[in-house]
Amino acid sequence: MRHIISILIENEAGALSRVVGLFSARAYNIESLTVAPTEDASLSRITIVAVGTDRIIEQIIKQLNKLIDVVKLLDLSDGPHIEREMVLVKVKASTMAQREDIKRLADIFRGHVIDVTTASYTIELTGSGRKVDSFIEALAEHKILETVRSGVSGIARGDKVLRV
Amino acid sequence: MFVKGELVELSGADILVHSLKDEGVEYLFGYPGGSVLHIYDALYQQDDVKHILVRHEQAATHAADGYARSTGKPGVVLVTSGPGATNAVTGIATAYMDSIPMVVITGQVPSAVIGSDAFQEVDAVGITRPCVKHNFLVKDVTKLAETIKKAFYVATTGRPGPVVIDVPKDITDPNIKVPYHYPDKITMRSYQPTVKGHSGQIKRAVELLLTAKKPMIYSGGGVVLGNASEELRTFVRHLGYPITQTLMGLGAYPASDELNIGMLGMHGTYEANMAMHDCDVLIAIGARFDDRVTGKIAEFCPDAQIIHIDIDPSSISKTITVDIPIVGDVAGVLQEMNHILTTGKKQTQKKAIETWWKVINGWRAKECLSYDKSSDVIKPQAAIEIVHEITNGDAYVTSDVGQHQMWAAQYYGFEKPNRWINSGGLGTMGFGLPAAMGVQLAYPDETVVCVTGEGSIQMCIQELSTCLQYGLPIKIIALNNRYLGMVRQWQEFFYKERYSSSYMESLPDFVKLAESYGHVGIRIEDPADLRSGLEKAFSLKDRLVFVDIVTDRTENVYPMIAAGMAHNEMHMSPHAKLPQDPERELS
Repeated sequence: MRHIISILIENEAGALSRVVGLFSARAYNIESLTVAPTEDASLSRITIVAVGTDRIIEQIIKQLNKLIDVVKLLDLSDGPHIEREMVLVKVKASTMAQREDIKRLADIFRGHVIDVTTASYTIELTGSGRKVDSFIEALAEHKILETVRSGVSGIARGDKVLRV
Repeated sequence: MFVKGELVELSGADILVHSLKDEGVEYLFGYPGGSVLHIYDALYQQDDVKHILVRHEQAATHAADGYARSTGKPGVVLVTSGPGATNAVTGIATAYMDSIPMVVITGQVPSAVIGSDAFQEVDAVGITRPCVKHNFLVKDVTKLAETIKKAFYVATTGRPGPVVIDVPKDITDPNIKVPYHYPDKITMRSYQPTVKGHSGQIKRAVELLLTAKKPMIYSGGGVVLGNASEELRTFVRHLGYPITQTLMGLGAYPASDELNIGMLGMHGTYEANMAMHDCDVLIAIGARFDDRVTGKIAEFCPDAQIIHIDIDPSSISKTITVDIPIVGDVAGVLQEMNHILTTGKKQTQKKAIETWWKVINGWRAKECLSYDKSSDVIKPQAAIEIVHEITNGDAYVTSDVGQHQMWAAQYYGFEKPNRWINSGGLGTMGFGLPAAMGVQLAYPDETVVCVTGEGSIQMCIQELSTCLQYGLPIKIIALNNRYLGMVRQWQEFFYKERYSSSYMESLPDFVKLAESYGHVGIRIEDPADLRSGLEKAFSLKDRLVFVDIVTDRTENVYPMIAAGMAHNEMHMSPHAKLPQDPERELS
């Protein structure tokens, strides 16, 4: 199963490497990882998408909790939550037919063309990881020059919050 | 130098040394070098913290580890940057695997040159990260005392473990002075270990235990670390159930007690492993279901409901799924269980338990630890048994890693906790002698024995020099079979006797070696001289004696469960009493 794990961690040098090191040392799989400071400058928030059996996910959560720098942790997949990822895609768009089709696809997925040259379009799109996957699949007929995914961020729905 | 509570300004080096003193540190095991010169200068100007100069940084960590295992207090180490730190890593990893409280201070190059590949620079925080409970890089001298307090707090609470503090040289500059205050207490928002077990779970566990017809108690190193030996004894005696211990748990329950059926696992007793396989309720107390204990996971205690007490939530259901997990301090949980057992009305299943003991005693009758007592070469088991007799089973015994370690575990018979000091998790050869130094410093009047082999002892042999310097009268019992015996045993069993690099050629004359280090050396070659030779060694109370015992070259450790096999699939000694059950044998 795919789980989205949100972590509040002390914003200290090396804190991120403890998390990443844990995954490599124990051979856990990370699908994506994002990290940035929060409104409280002493804390960073990490979102990890991890894949594994229930037993492995349970171990991942316990091992993360055991890290001294981890203040709090939430498995967003345990409840209703919102997941967002941003992707930037640069696609070859040199003929009129290509340009029209790509623009149409971007509109369907509620993406935006954010940069244009005579030979390419760059599209920005936000959505769940799955939506991003679908968009990239939908571009299959075109020549993708480059994709940049931000990795997944997530937040619980409703009044539930992850804070100290 | 100053009265506690008075506001003083000190340099980082003085702050470091004073913090250790205020923490109550007695011994600091270390080795000087460029990045820690300021600290060594501060150490030179005081007498409170005694520095023990080892001959290699690995030994500093093992000595601190031995001190910690025997006293329950954290071991403290000081090494320089670069090679000082990397040499310490083996000892840090050893402590980490066995959850030993330790604080290791590593010098670092000055902050301004970190990252420039400076002389003796290594990323100590990065290198040690996977084998410490936590580590710190000190960036501000005003945070130094607080960081040291945090390090001791983290190392000694919850599931203990080693903590590294990396201190750049400029932090200890004698010319930069800041106010010193060592905090009495510290709280960390990100670290609050669970200590009290859940009462509902404890109640459920006791109820399940009382329904058991074939119960087993399996206790581990957590009982020793958690200082819960008394509680365990009360618990076991109240129930009258059989108890087995892991390698790390030996001594927490007396070896000579009728209810104790010995060690379990790869080289556990026949009765303990068979009882594990057949039990219907298992309670694991401060043990972590290590692969050397469980054997084949799929066939581990196939019919048992399992209760697990551990202070570390991540130990629970890591390899073996348990029915009733209890996260908490072992002593506290056992106290609560003992209270329920002594005040409650419910009884154990007396009749079924009697039958269970009959079955177990049948397994016991095999006398799986029997060995050839009429041999004309010295049997290593006999050497351990005689050491036990001479020391009244009351010595502190450290060991290295290999066959001798297993024989010490099987034949010494530990009656008290904190007496058996060995590297269980990491299996670090070279551990025994330096660990014995830490123990002997902590207990100058007690008998400290280092059981070793001619392979292991050479991994930290240089510490004979440290032993002379500090007058440590350790008794080194080297079971010398001219083989890396455990490797040889596996090659005999599993590699068709292809003894690849498992022999020891060009061995030194250990007697002369001991003498050249200023100690006493004794060689024993004839079984007839074994007792008198050992008696002589132990009679030299004030001297380190290296006893080089020339043993049977090809003796094996029995019983043995091969890696990945089930508990009821044991290689048995040819000297075990009853004819072997062919179904239980390996081909």
